[in-house]
Amino acid sequence: MTNNIVEIDNLSFGYKGRMLHKGINMVFPRGKVVAIMGGSGSGKTTLLRLIGGQIKPSKGEVRVAGEVVHKQDRDGIFKLRRKMGMLFQHGALFTDLSVFDNVAFPMRELTDLPESMIRDLVLMKLNAVGLRGANQYMPAELSGGMARRVALARAVALDPSIIMYDEPFAGLDPISMGVVCDLIRSLNDALGTTSIIVSHDVKETFLIADYVYFVADGEVAAEGTPHDLMQSTLPFVHQFVHGEKDGPVPFHYPAADYQSELLQQNR
Amino acid sequence: MIERVWRLGAGARLFFLTICYSGESFRRFHLVMREIYFTGVMSLLIIIVSAFFVGMVLALQGYNTLQKYGSSEAIGVLVALSLVRELGPVVTALLFAGRAGTAITAEIGLMKTTEQLSAMEMMAVSPIARVVAPRFWAGVISMPILAALFSMVGILGGYLVAVPLIGVDEGAFWSQMQANVDFRSDIVDGVIKSFVFGVACTMIALFEGFDAPPTAEGVSRATTRTVVISSLSVLGLDFVLTSFMLAV
Amino acid sequence: MDRTTIDLWVGIFVALGVAALLGLAMKVGNLTSAQIGTTYSVTADFENVGSLKPHAPVKSAGVVVGRVDSITFDGKSFVAVVKINIDERYSFPKDTFANIYTAGLLGEQYIGLEAGGDEDTLQNGDKIVQTQDAVVLEKMISQFLFSKASEEDSAKENNKADAEAKPADAKSTPLGDAAF
Repeated sequence: MTNNIVEIDNLSFGYKGRMLHKGINMVFPRGKVVAIMGGSGSGKTTLLRLIGGQIKPSKGEVRVAGEVVHKQDRDGIFKLRRKMGMLFQHGALFTDLSVFDNVAFPMRELTDLPESMIRDLVLMKLNAVGLRGANQYMPAELSGGMARRVALARAVALDPSIIMYDEPFAGLDPISMGVVCDLIRSLNDALGTTSIIVSHDVKETFLIADYVYFVADGEVAAEGTPHDLMQSTLPFVHQFVHGEKDGPVPFHYPAADYQSELLQQNR
Repeated sequence: MIERVWRLGAGARLFFLTICYSGESFRRFHLVMREIYFTGVMSLLIIIVSAFFVGMVLALQGYNTLQKYGSSEAIGVLVALSLVRELGPVVTALLFAGRAGTAITAEIGLMKTTEQLSAMEMMAVSPIARVVAPRFWAGVISMPILAALFSMVGILGGYLVAVPLIGVDEGAFWSQMQANVDFRSDIVDGVIKSFVFGVACTMIALFEGFDAPPTAEGVSRATTRTVVISSLSVLGLDFVLTSFMLAV
Repeated sequence: MDRTTIDLWVGIFVALGVAALLGLAMKVGNLTSAQIGTTYSVTADFENVGSLKPHAPVKSAGVVVGRVDSITFDGKSFVAVVKINIDERYSFPKDTFANIYTAGLLGEQYIGLEAGGDEDTLQNGDKIVQTQDAVVLEKMISQFLFSKASEEDSAKENNKADAEAKPADAKSTPLGDAAF
């Protein structure tokens, strides 16, 4: 068994006329936090879905623990997904269940554990994210940061080997962001899992990631440790990392010549 | 036009999958019970109030016409047959589509928009087994119950207008009704109709929610479509079923 | 919403539904008057059964005593053979009349049994000999019109002369007598 728990091999994915990914190669070693970054619409979230088997690649393979994901049958996918936990953007908590029931959901659906044991496990997971006292609230009563943490507790409910985070920092206040940041790293180290973070939050992600892949135009534009990328002179990476207004991603949307368009109006 | 055929096929596929994945619904029946509460019990108020008014109006209108032919005592038969054969199942189905159907579509559409269904899939839990199937069986169980209640309350409403209010003879009201309403052909037919309508309305609501584009606008359009398509289907199916039942 | 509250309400809901269905069956329909007892069958031949249908009631003195089981056509004697099931509790003499009546003016048709005086009773498989056909509305109307017309004619003739005494012989005949 190789050291990589997930491997993306020459992956191409897209719809007729528009390829989202063209020949992507990535590896995710065990126990590491790896980030996938890029602009909006670059297909980062789609990569997570491909790993999870929700969609099939057009070409190439995604391998999880050595198994090709899209070749699995129902039982195979089931086994693979048991190994994965996913934190969705904005949490995706089940609105009709309480916090406790949300975290208990994977346990109740996928295991035969008795209720007493489930109760203990749920409280333990909630404690790890600091929300044990809030376990009777409904998702609608939680703030954004709290909802995100509950979703994190739910994602690690069955101690998965791979945890995937879809924009975990989106829309959070600085304190919540710090909390989530800290939790991702500490959970990763405590559980020995592999974390895959999809984000465009440079500051937080660089703090905790071991390795970063940059995706642009359907390809891996750059990769490396956060330290290397901060120093990178590649124009795209530089613009992204330092948040520059203009560069390879232009400020102006393509338009006609400014002067002539204005003059036309006056006529 | 092709779009519609495609959707019909997708709807049929969802129906088939719902039936296949129904095992979970029966093993954990409390899931279905919860949905029966939200679709059936919560619809009780609108069904009972509507039934009351419909029954009363039937009695009023019926009396108005019948007494011109000196047959005002047939009013019991008129109210009972209209309700049991047609109005009970059909009006209940229309109200059900409006109240419970839209609620189902909105709920599932919202779950899709907030990625709850995706989350379930990633947790290796089939959304069809956990979300769609229980609601389907809840709708199928609730509809006949609601239709029977509608008919019964409607008849009571008609009775209250005909006997104390208008003055039709009480004995004649009930005896004529009993003589002319046949359990097998009228009441059972009504139950069969409500069952078929239940399947149709619930399945349409579920499909529209499941298929809705995951945006606020998409969900709101889907709920409108649920009401429109359910209503038309109910009326169309009513015609087909009635022609079968009256011909045989 | 905890489980027990939901269970309670769903239970009430289903109970209401069952009650409504039972109410409909008992009070509104005629389930209770449906025959549950055992029956014996007899047949009766009619030249015209009108709109008599299977499951139509068989009444005697206005009380339902049986149901029509089947109506078939005898190709040799060109009559309709009606098989009726009579409740075992009731026995009828062998010379009972079986007539086809109409309920109300334009209602459903049913068989009325009028008991005769014979001491022997009908047994399973017997045939009722005395029968009276259904009234066919068109014939009745045309008879009526014809007789009305002939009445006026004869009234005019009586006023003129008795010579052309040619009364229309299609009188207001007893029901059932086919004029043509």
